[in-house]
Amino acid sequence: MSQISSQEGPLVQLTRAGVRQGDSWRVRGVDLTVAAGQIVTLIGPNGSGKSTTAKMALGILQPSEGEALRRKGLVVGYVPQKLHIDWTMPLTVSRFLELTNRLSKSEKNAALERTGVGHLLSSSVGSLSGGELQRVLLARAIARKPDLLVLDEPVQGVDYSGEIKMYDLISKMRTELGCGVLMISHDLHVVMAATDHVVCLNGHVCCRGTPVSVTQSDEFKSLFGHKGGAGAAGLAVYEHHHDHVHLEDGRVRHADGSISDDCAGEHCHGDHDHPHTAAKEHHHA
Amino acid sequence: MLDDFFVRAIVAGIGVALVAGPLGCFIVWRRMAYFGDTLSHSALLGVALSLLLEINTTLAVFGMSVLLSVILLVLSKRQTLSSDALLGLLAHSSLAIGLVCLAFMTWVRMDLLGLLFGDILAVTRNDIVVVYAGGGIVLAVLILIWRRLFAGTVNADLAEAEGMKPETINIVFMLLMAAVIAIAMKVVGVLLITALLIMPAAAARRLAKTPEQMAVVAAGLGAIAVIGGLFGSLEWDTPSGPSIVVAALFLFLLCHVLVDAIMRARAPREGKAP
Repeated sequence: MSQISSQEGPLVQLTRAGVRQGDSWRVRGVDLTVAAGQIVTLIGPNGSGKSTTAKMALGILQPSEGEALRRKGLVVGYVPQKLHIDWTMPLTVSRFLELTNRLSKSEKNAALERTGVGHLLSSSVGSLSGGELQRVLLARAIARKPDLLVLDEPVQGVDYSGEIKMYDLISKMRTELGCGVLMISHDLHVVMAATDHVVCLNGHVCCRGTPVSVTQSDEFKSLFGHKGGAGAAGLAVYEHHHDHVHLEDGRVRHADGSISDDCAGEHCHGDHDHPHTAAKEHHHA
Repeated sequence: MLDDFFVRAIVAGIGVALVAGPLGCFIVWRRMAYFGDTLSHSALLGVALSLLLEINTTLAVFGMSVLLSVILLVLSKRQTLSSDALLGLLAHSSLAIGLVCLAFMTWVRMDLLGLLFGDILAVTRNDIVVVYAGGGIVLAVLILIWRRLFAGTVNADLAEAEGMKPETINIVFMLLMAAVIAIAMKVVGVLLITALLIMPAAAARRLAKTPEQMAVVAAGLGAIAVIGGLFGSLEWDTPSGPSIVVAALFLFLLCHVLVDAIMRARAPREGKAP
């Protein structure tokens, strides 16, 4: 794989990249860059290719078309969407933190303290709850002092106040380490407020833009008001603007009324103003 | 009472157990027991080839195991049969071809039972050198790749993303397995190698909190099984290879029953605490 040798350019760059599985495309035509100090959030419905896109960026999947470039010598911290530890494998949190590099005891404690699970150092990974596991996964990723953090739904199973705290921590790590962050959000509309750029996927890039702070959005202010105004400051709303509709049979109707088999073509690169319907519907703010 | 051949058997058996334990942990973690079985069944074909081509048996068995690993790797990348069906097909066809080949070679008088169930009491000084030299290399490589191999075992995607190169490491791991099978064949025989790999590891699970502990404990339990099995076979005049496996089974049951009993004894006391 070719690499980005300059220390000035983006950390990772996808150009018209897509992955084909069998006869169908899991995702196609993705343009995406993450620069140092930048937070990019991927959103989209289930099966829209968010994880696939992240895996292309990480080099876990090779693009079937297009290009995926990473900066030479890039140190990555990755939080996968799922991690299953079989009972046959004895694994403490302490050992798990050292999965891909050595850490001192104080580095381990510091990382766990930051994600609020300092007491779990000698627990078994298999016995953690979903929320605890997410915190341990994030602690492991930041303990590597990465140039690029890739987080696949990092707050799944974490309670609301924990979610705000983790978002807060991620944006702090961005400032402290100067790392780029590529995050996959489990929510279609609410993203972390510190996000610089949102990319909405649905088999291709549907739309992209900058989120609006929750505190500036009247609808979301009322929605999140009861959870405490200060807490909601960590969140932001992304308003989607699409120019095409995904039909039930998988075809796509564009703003000009034409229908095509997919939306990876040139149609999708203008401003978007139509919602998705049926199976792939998102509810828009 | 300790005849020379018996000491040699114990020394060779312990050497094999020390390597088989740690490697066996990975076989248990990665759910590769049937893969190990398939490789060891192909060893018989390796033996037949070594007789036919008049080459070193250990090398021929190693080569055959590597060849089979490569075939499995290539076939599993194509979407054809499920991997367990593929393993069954290769395991039994290589075993059958090996037996047929041996039958054709009428000029060779081969101790088939020795091949299938091991002939540890016939271990020579030379065999001991092979076990310790080969085993030493396998352990050294295993320690070298340990972190990367373990990371890839926990989660291949994570290991790939963080530069652990799991695909390359997996190939190295397959070579190590092939080497251990070639070394262990003489001790427990083709049919029982997998037992020596996975049983000490499975027994060690209840006694370990970290993967490294489990590997060390597995090596130790394997050595105990070898010693216990060999003394048992001397005492009751039973075949040595199967006796070692029976001893390993007892250790496995003992570890699990004991740890369960300790846990049960502790549980009510903890329950009473406020």
